[in-house]
Amino acid sequence: MARRVRLWRTCLNNRGTAATVLDHLLPINVSTFGGDIDHVFWLIFWIVGLWFIAAECILLYSVMRHRRKAGAVAAFWRGDTPRQLAWVLIPAFVVLCLDLGIDYAGASVWERVKGNAPASNIVVRVTAKQFNWIFTYPGPDNKFGTADDVTSENDMHVPVGKVVHLELESPDVIHSFFVPNLRLKQDVVPGRTIRAWFEATKAGTYEIACSELCGFGHYSMQGNVIVQNQAAYAAWVRETWPRSTAASSSASSKN
Amino acid sequence: MGAAQVRDSHEQPAGFIRRYVFSTDHKVIAKQYLLLSLAMALVGGFTAYLIRWQLAWPETDIPGWGPIGPDNFNAIVTMHGTVMVFFVAMPFLLGAFGNFLIPLMIGARDMAFPRLNLMSFWTLFTASVVLTVSMFVPGGPAAAGWTSYAPLSDNYIYTGVTWGQDLWILAVALEFASFLMGGINFLTTTLNLRAPGMTLFRLPLLVWMEITAAVVFLLSVGPLIAGALMLLMDRKLGTSFFRPDGGGDPLLWEHLFWFFGHPEVYVVALPGFGIMLEVIPVFARKPIFGYRAMIWSTIAAGLLSFVVWAHHMFVSGMDPRLATSFSVTTILISVPFAIIVFAMIATVWRGSIDLATPMLFALGGLATFLIGGVTGIFVGSATTDIFLHGTYFVVAHFHYTLFPVTFFGGFAGIYYWYPKFFGRMMNETLGKIHFYLTLVCFNAVFIPLFLAGLQGNPRRIYEMSSYDFLKPVQPMHLIATIATIGLLLGQLPFVINFGYSLVRGKKAVANPWQANTLEWMTDSPPPHENFRTVPIVCRDPYEYSVPGASRDWIPQTEPEPAVLATAAAE
Ligand code: HEM
Ligand SMILES: [Cu+2]
Ligand SMILES: [Cu+2]
Repeated sequence: MARRVRLWRTCLNNRGTAATVLDHLLPINVSTFGGDIDHVFWLIFWIVGLWFIAAECILLYSVMRHRRKAGAVAAFWRGDTPRQLAWVLIPAFVVLCLDLGIDYAGASVWERVKGNAPASNIVVRVTAKQFNWIFTYPGPDNKFGTADDVTSENDMHVPVGKVVHLELESPDVIHSFFVPNLRLKQDVVPGRTIRAWFEATKAGTYEIACSELCGFGHYSMQGNVIVQNQAAYAAWVRETWPRSTAASSSASSKN
Repeated sequence: MGAAQVRDSHEQPAGFIRRYVFSTDHKVIAKQYLLLSLAMALVGGFTAYLIRWQLAWPETDIPGWGPIGPDNFNAIVTMHGTVMVFFVAMPFLLGAFGNFLIPLMIGARDMAFPRLNLMSFWTLFTASVVLTVSMFVPGGPAAAGWTSYAPLSDNYIYTGVTWGQDLWILAVALEFASFLMGGINFLTTTLNLRAPGMTLFRLPLLVWMEITAAVVFLLSVGPLIAGALMLLMDRKLGTSFFRPDGGGDPLLWEHLFWFFGHPEVYVVALPGFGIMLEVIPVFARKPIFGYRAMIWSTIAAGLLSFVVWAHHMFVSGMDPRLATSFSVTTILISVPFAIIVFAMIATVWRGSIDLATPMLFALGGLATFLIGGVTGIFVGSATTDIFLHGTYFVVAHFHYTLFPVTFFGGFAGIYYWYPKFFGRMMNETLGKIHFYLTLVCFNAVFIPLFLAGLQGNPRRIYEMSSYDFLKPVQPMHLIATIATIGLLLGQLPFVINFGYSLVRGKKAVANPWQANTLEWMTDSPPPHENFRTVPIVCRDPYEYSVPGASRDWIPQTEPEPAVLATAAAE
């Protein structure tokens, strides 16, 4: 299984078992921006991981080392002089700098994922409703709301290596469109049309889970993103879409 | 200052009802809060058990309950969250400890408004009754999550829940009213009834944290009370504040909820920290490191908590250009907490550490909270939150913040102040067994849930067999559930200890831990109006191991000798 090379792995020359375990910490990523998100994840992981281990070790060490012994007297430090407080304030300042670094690294990725989407002529309208996903394609005329629209329930076909635009809508309650492998999550809010996008890098079937509580069927709002290579996608379009703009309204998909 | 001393000393009321039921004595009220929160903790713990059993062994009848359906499951998750946050953590940390300790620690005879105090408890009691009743009404209990997002919570057609949701709103609104009254009392008491010499910068940190929590609560809850009213009107009067078909906006509810909801985390966390901060210096025999830095950090965290709420809404559909600014404020809030945590570690460093049960719980709470703190950075970054939002990673993260403060902090407080509450000591061996079981099992519940979350496992999922990508996650749920059962059974030594010590525990002396703060300068338990003579405060609360002093603790009431002056000069 060819996986994307991640930032941390370039830091580790050999792949020990620890690295293999870490490799499985996140599901395989198959979107163009997912790798960027994962980079930020691993950046945070290593920064806070090291701080965390250091803090726990110091705490544990000091508890072990300074257990009460007869005759031993505790130090008398109030930590109220600048010199003593520096022991706390300097690490806190470093934390501040690292935090800002994390935000800086994250901001551009956020902008890429949630900001303006790259141009595309593939648009799918995603209707999340209690309790399934309806995918609507504009059909050959490339317009929604016309007779040649194609709908599909719970399965969304998309081509690999193409930017896909989504228009998310809900007629009832809030849902959330979540495809772990695409690193894509976006709430679907009734009353608005929310746009999202992705570009898949690898053919395959990737599951969609609803990740906002939407009622008793929430757990069963499972769907699939079926990423196909160009030929297979074209074949699917040929089979399920009406042949021309002179639409025959009965030709929609029967999935 | 000093108003308390002017008031006449009242006799304790004679009748049973006036004395123990509708009492205005803050100590009695504190015990009522304690009892209520522990009773509700049974509900919270039992619902946790139901949730966990279902996730490990779906398709089976839950022992002690029976089969469970997806709608029950949502209701149980909703009740679990609501009960734990509003009816366990708050009554426990604010109601019980705040009420008991604020007057004692500042040297007052009671709260500033004893009757308001009585009313706030009974309002909370009513709220608990309403919530409990709501679990048994036709249509079932509320099932829209403890966050009650609209429109799911707004119209019964989406959940089938009718009365349950209305009563939920009522219960939560009553709870808010109760803690509003309580908060006013905390604040007024601390500002007005301090004993002579008890300046603001001689207050024990717990008092600072309780009143900061009270202020944060007072300032944040208003919009949500309005929101709750709007939700109720949507449901009952056909308005459409949150209904898009009538021109309303579901996101408005999210903003109102989280404008309160995030500060609420600090309302719970600060008193929990406060307890740890009282316990650590006593068992390390060392002054708090950076007392003032802690206070300023607490205030800073309180203020910052008002400008981070939208980190719960990164992928909600709000304007994505808002996200980065909320990421920055969110991650900034880690700085005051870093200062507090580092200063706590510095307090432990080179102490003379006695690992008695209260200290174990305080240190254990600090050590586990750290995981909650660092994982907050992952969900505070809008970028990584795209993936992590709404998954078990979030569930594990907030349990790692709330559980340590509520239960590690709370248990540290019980083991530490039990002698003051009830005049008897608790058993140390049982206490230690309780600690280690809680520590090990708690981590064994939630570390697997982090891993589940990292695979993208959504939360509030009744059953996950329809998802292929969650198949590898199932063992994590198994471990978490077994550990949950261990965690719950691990509370038995506590229950036994608590009950047994009430009748058989060793009689406590006034100051069994040789601590400095004022509550230890009076009998255990304290007499009706707390102090025989009004204490005069002469010094800071944490004078332990002062060089040159005759013993390693100097009570706050002890007049300042020349020794300290020389110690400071060297
Ligand atoms: C006894 C130990 C506990 C266990 C085993 C436990 C377990 C859980 C689990 C598994 C969930 C997720 C349910 C789901 O998403 O399907 C959950 C949700 C939650 N828990 Fe706990 N919990 C415990 C203690 C606490 C405490 C002490 C608090 C707060 C003070 C708390 C507050 C919450 C909240 C607010 C939720 C979210 C409810 C919702 O999604 O609406 N829990 N708990
Ligand atoms: Cu859903
Ligand atoms: Cu928050």
